[in-house]
Amino acid sequence: MEAIKAEGLTKKYKDITAVDRLDLKVMQGELFSLLGVNGAGKTTTIKMLSCLTKPTSGDAKLLENSIITNESNVKRIIGVSPQETAVAPNLTVKENLELMCGIHGLSKKKRKAKTDELADQFDLKQMLKRKAGKLSGGWQRRLSIAMALISEPKILFLDEPTLGLDVLARRELWDIINSLKGKVTIILTTHYMEEAEALSDRIGIMKNGKLLALGTVDDLKRKANTDKFEDAFIAIVKEDSK
Amino acid sequence: MRLLSFSGRNAKEILRDPLNLGFGLGFPLILILLLSAIQANVPVSLFEIENLAPGITVFGLSFMTLFSATLIAKDRESALLQRLYTTPLTASDFIFGYALPILPIAIAQSIICYIAAILLGLPITINIIYALIFIIPVALFFIAAGLLCGSVFTSKQVGGICGALLTNLTAWLSGIWFDLELVGGAFKKIANLLPFVHAVELEKAVLNGNYSDIFPHLYWVLGYMGAAVLFAIMLFLRQMKKQ
Repeated sequence: MEAIKAEGLTKKYKDITAVDRLDLKVMQGELFSLLGVNGAGKTTTIKMLSCLTKPTSGDAKLLENSIITNESNVKRIIGVSPQETAVAPNLTVKENLELMCGIHGLSKKKRKAKTDELADQFDLKQMLKRKAGKLSGGWQRRLSIAMALISEPKILFLDEPTLGLDVLARRELWDIINSLKGKVTIILTTHYMEEAEALSDRIGIMKNGKLLALGTVDDLKRKANTDKFEDAFIAIVKEDSK
Repeated sequence: MRLLSFSGRNAKEILRDPLNLGFGLGFPLILILLLSAIQANVPVSLFEIENLAPGITVFGLSFMTLFSATLIAKDRESALLQRLYTTPLTASDFIFGYALPILPIAIAQSIICYIAAILLGLPITINIIYALIFIIPVALFFIAAGLLCGSVFTSKQVGGICGALLTNLTAWLSGIWFDLELVGGAFKKIANLLPFVHAVELEKAVLNGNYSDIFPHLYWVLGYMGAAVLFAIMLFLRQMKKQ
């Protein structure tokens, strides 16, 4: 079953078209990556799909719920980890997790169970009493993703989750993201080729708001007639410039 | 439940910032002690505790604008608000969630000011309770002004506008430090068109049991409070849409 079905999704800011008639289908349980250079339209696409911004035209359905006419239902089935760190800095790690539990209306009993479960899953147990603002970038991202999973979302949006992290922190986050594969539909945006290659079931390459190519890593390499995924990406993006 | 969780978080963010506690609670207390000491040495009717306590209480509330504006501006900059906009929280959850936790803090600050005033010789009467009730619309004005500024300005701008400009406007144009009659002219006219002097006069009238004197000051305060709340809601919703 399709988790996401976008048809003609378009976003214009005055005379700039950030996303141009995007048609996209993502299946349930899939990890789908949106790849592109700066200004390709990846973040705007995620913002539209997560009801943060209204499309200028077109629509998308998330598990049959329209982002235009059924916003409140969409918000109940998604989790979002934004590009920048989105944690409450003066709250402890535990309080941040509990905040999201409360916002999603979890009962006290379930709140404790969920906090314990995510602390365990994300290796946050030893950090629970530390203020989120005092954590390193890698731990804040970890917490940010854990917060996005509190509501047990069916679809998880990860907007550049490893941006600015060192190699070790990035690899640790990859492990976490890999562990989520199959349990939840994940839409991931990234600048890093190796990240998209290592994690994704399928990849969409965007440029100037348009989806240039779509497929598995092997599909895209075949399409560009290259052995390396990075070369395939460059070839596809450059081909469009001609 | 949602609203409670969000407002609880906001209260924690404010109360855990030592600068907030220092400025919000410490500064008005220092002022009340300092001006009372001046009054003890050089008696000035303006600094008599019955006149000083209402003025300092209103002045202290100007820090509530700084608290709420800083919190919202920082949330906007850190993308926390962006995350929360993707949750089932509604627009009214956000507005009440930011405003409600600051109201008890404002009232607590006013109580502390009046306790300090009692220790400095303010007679204990029922009027203190009434003064605390009449401080609520004043507090709401300052809180709404914070919601408004936090929705429009960055955290740096908020520091300048709410931390410096608004606190100074409240100080200079409220008649706390000097009698506006002494300056007169355009200065007095401008002061009378703004809510600060009316808030102080309202509190003075209530605290001293001169109930007939609460008008027209109450109308001014309620008018400014209503306008601030309205504009705050409009501008918050506008920035919410902009996200």
